[in-house]
Amino acid sequence: MSATNSPAAKTERLLNLVLVLLYTRRPLTKAQIRRTIEAYAAAPSAEAFDRTFERDKDELRELGIPLVTEVVSAGWDDEQGYRIDQREYALPDIAFERDELTVLGLAARAWAQASLGGAATQALRKLRATDVERDEESLIGIEPRLRTAEPSFDAFKDAVIARAPVSFDYRRADSDETTTRRLEPWRVVLWHGRWYVTGRDLDRDAPRVFRLSRISGEVTRIGTPGSYDIPADHDPHVLVSGSTSVAEPSPAVLRVRVGRGHYLRRQARTVGEIDDDFSLIDVDHRDLDEFATDIASHGADVRVEQPVDLQRAVVARLRATLAAHEGRP
Amino acid sequence: MAGAKQPVETAQARLARLLTMVPWLVNRQGIDVEEAARGLGISVPQLESDLNLLFVCGYGNMPDELIDASWEGGKVFLSNAETIAKPLRLGLDEAVSLMVGLQALLSLPGLHERDAAQRALAKLEAAAGSFGQAAASVTVQAADPVDEDLVGRARAAVEAGRRVRLEYLVPGRDESTERDVDPLRVISMDGRIYLEGWCHRAEAMRMFRLDRIEALEVLDVAATPPPAATLRDLAGGIFQPGPDDEVVTLRLDRVARWIVDYYPVEAVRDLGDGMTEVDLRTADTQWLVRLMLRLAGHAVVTAPESLRGEVAAAARAALAAYA
Repeated sequence: MSATNSPAAKTERLLNLVLVLLYTRRPLTKAQIRRTIEAYAAAPSAEAFDRTFERDKDELRELGIPLVTEVVSAGWDDEQGYRIDQREYALPDIAFERDELTVLGLAARAWAQASLGGAATQALRKLRATDVERDEESLIGIEPRLRTAEPSFDAFKDAVIARAPVSFDYRRADSDETTTRRLEPWRVVLWHGRWYVTGRDLDRDAPRVFRLSRISGEVTRIGTPGSYDIPADHDPHVLVSGSTSVAEPSPAVLRVRVGRGHYLRRQARTVGEIDDDFSLIDVDHRDLDEFATDIASHGADVRVEQPVDLQRAVVARLRATLAAHEGRP
Repeated sequence: MAGAKQPVETAQARLARLLTMVPWLVNRQGIDVEEAARGLGISVPQLESDLNLLFVCGYGNMPDELIDASWEGGKVFLSNAETIAKPLRLGLDEAVSLMVGLQALLSLPGLHERDAAQRALAKLEAAAGSFGQAAASVTVQAADPVDEDLVGRARAAVEAGRRVRLEYLVPGRDESTERDVDPLRVISMDGRIYLEGWCHRAEAMRMFRLDRIEALEVLDVAATPPPAATLRDLAGGIFQPGPDDEVVTLRLDRVARWIVDYYPVEAVRDLGDGMTEVDLRTADTQWLVRLMLRLAGHAVVTAPESLRGEVAAAARAALAAYA
């Protein structure tokens, strides 16, 4: 037997408690439990046993083990008795088809090395316990992968599930300043490869979206779990994508070096050759700043012919780059 | 991460693992020790230690009330474990992980397994009970839209083990190249879909963004990736610098600070006043020059001096066209 307080001894005690309470048909009193399980019998005092037993019960319940309390009549006194509901304990018998198990394998692997990776593997092992034919997966040439590099992922997931208000420090996109925000979180959302949390901002009393990578430090619970409702009509993707109205396309004419500007050429309405070195392309853009940035990144390979405001925006960017890189750093 | 210490397993976590392990082993009586350890994702010594622990547990203290575990001759047998022969119901995180994983799978374009995934999701919802609803807490829209037909052909090439010829666009370097690739998987990650495979042009493993593949032709040639072709460990993301890459130091103002989030920078130094200095490794200085042109002075190369000069020269050459 392991040392009394080692993790191994504790695992042994917890497992014995599960076995005893699952096996019994009738609820067992604390005294009966103490007599049956050696580690409890060895407790130096009734108080020490009580403390350990209370903690152990909590730990089993945290694992989702349905430990129930029922009144048992013992002589004249009614006493609390304990057992684990066998039917509630066991995973229902569900027969998964071969192809269903294969996709479940992919679903579990999606979390490989991410926050829920351990839980997913464990879940899959439970579902495949009786599926002994083949444990490896048939080849599916495509798989999703979810990454949770943001340390706050778990805290927000748990807060949404518990419906518990939280506070956290949030950095704006263009600044180092952080502000403390208070939120009733509604959903954790993956949108175009980034994680966000949606919810009701308690200080602004309005729905807001926060990007998890801009949250620094701890996420603190500031209210009681279950203290608010998530609006039934909340569509997180709509909130995250925002009410971005799409601007009308504006035309531009660019001179592009032959063999360069592949991405611009791909979007062009027309491409005409000027000479062996350059083409002239017509291309539409919706956002002048973004487009000017794209063009500037091409350096001398692309020149804006029209319009003038786009040309000005590109020249301003190139001058700023030059000024920043001339002379000593 | 290499060399990272495994956190010590708590008694509670080990209990959860044992309660999953027992049903798995009960259904596989006589399984080889090594195979069992592999299937359970643990080491052989860990498995033996677990079996030793099970051996002293039971619903009573009498020998016939204890679990019987044996693994002599390298084969594992478990008996007298009927009490816990069925797995514990799915926990909250377990239900959420699989249901969100299926959601991510279902959001992939060109998926033939849509029907199987939907059936699995419905059964899981039934199995998860009230936890099923918790899965709605996390929602996933896995990838940006891409050409479904292209995804279908790419994964078919992976499944059939055939080489593909790609016409591939690299906007970061403004290049379009033709490459023969032995594809190993199609994977969606960080909002994009990639084809990962052995590139015969680079003679190395490469990830190709599907939205930058201009043409994909499945060749009548078997894919023969060399033994060196191993799938990338994606824990660190798509951008993975090599150890021999050049170290570049950049000074960023607030507008360019997103670089810290976006690229795997090696060191971040706060210079005060909203300025940050970062070191990053790259083999591709041409890409970096273009990134600096894009950031228009909000990011500046401070070292090496030669690269700083290259950026200045590129900006000067571009401005000359407007003179």
